[in-house]
Amino acid sequence: MCGAKAGGPDLAGIDVASETIIQGSVTRDGEPVSGYVRLLDGGGEFTAEVPTSATGQFRFFAAPGTWTLRALVPGATVDRTVVAQKGTAAEVAIAV
Amino acid sequence: MSRSDVLVGADWVEAHIDDPKVVIVEVDEDTSAYDKNHIKNAVRIDWKKDLQDPVRRDFVDQAGFEALLSAKGIANDDTVVLYGGNNNWFAAYAYWYFKLYGHEDVKLLDGGRKKWELDSRDLVATASPERTATEYKAKAQDTSIRAFRDDAVAAIGSLNLVDVRSPDEFSGKLLAPAHLPQEQSQRPGHIPSARNIPWSKSANDDGTFKSDDELKELYEGEGVDLAKDTIAYCRIGERSAHTWFVLHELLGQPNVKNYDGSWTEYGSLVGVPIELGAN
Repeated sequence: MCGAKAGGPDLAGIDVASETIIQGSVTRDGEPVSGYVRLLDGGGEFTAEVPTSATGQFRFFAAPGTWTLRALVPGATVDRTVVAQKGTAAEVAIAV
Repeated sequence: MSRSDVLVGADWVEAHIDDPKVVIVEVDEDTSAYDKNHIKNAVRIDWKKDLQDPVRRDFVDQAGFEALLSAKGIANDDTVVLYGGNNNWFAAYAYWYFKLYGHEDVKLLDGGRKKWELDSRDLVATASPERTATEYKAKAQDTSIRAFRDDAVAAIGSLNLVDVRSPDEFSGKLLAPAHLPQEQSQRPGHIPSARNIPWSKSANDDGTFKSDDELKELYEGEGVDLAKDTIAYCRIGERSAHTWFVLHELLGQPNVKNYDGSWTEYGSLVGVPIELGAN
């Protein structure tokens, strides 16, 4: 492993214009972390969850609005707020 | 039936990991997760390739299930322990599926792969274990736990309909869970009279199930009359299998069916009633 890539996964092949994308990476001291990222809606309700990739990255297809990302990794839980808009990918870097 | 008959913890699995009569089975939404690593001695069942008919939209038939389990080396008297990623969605779906075809002794690993990983327990990247083929005999489908589209329509306004999708899928804002491209059914919304009780409310952050008391309070608090029969549904029947497990196996509710056609079928039917908006 040669460290985390900046930002979320490559958007090649994704129809960004028609989707509302939230993506990013989870790192500890600059290195990618294996774990999970949960997407909670404006009311704090669970909406989705994905495991991080080998490079610590994650992606959600959501709807416009304010969301909370919750990273779960061994020994830590970290929340980040994000505003998503249709047609752009909101990038969130989470350090745990 | 008690919780310990249907749900086991990681310590129990570690203690039985080399027991030849205990078959650990991984069933993941991401069917490649097993290749990366898995619990020692676990075999893989692929929910798409192994459990769905390759042509029709339906399950493999009784003979197909017999052939699958025989090839995996699973015998009728084996204890099957299922686990998977994404909070055991597809492991719960497989649990329900094993019960549909009458397997006696099935258990879920509480918390599934996520809890196992967050606890930093051992995973191996070796090939599937060699298990001797069996001559598995399945029973005919037990349709007392499976609902079809006509059952769902007939349940409107009479039985409990529990929609376990996220609030945004229920209200019609999204058509699919937010980690998947937005596709599938022709129309968004939910079945009229359904209560929206997302599967996630029945689980903790680490994927383990909440206590029986918390679960009972959850469903009754959301207006589910536990004296009535219940049909649970979601998008393709995997999250509602998780809720079926909660209601039927953990809480011991007698008449609970999983509608596996779920919203991808209902939301594409011509002429059926649909409601939009939150509960």
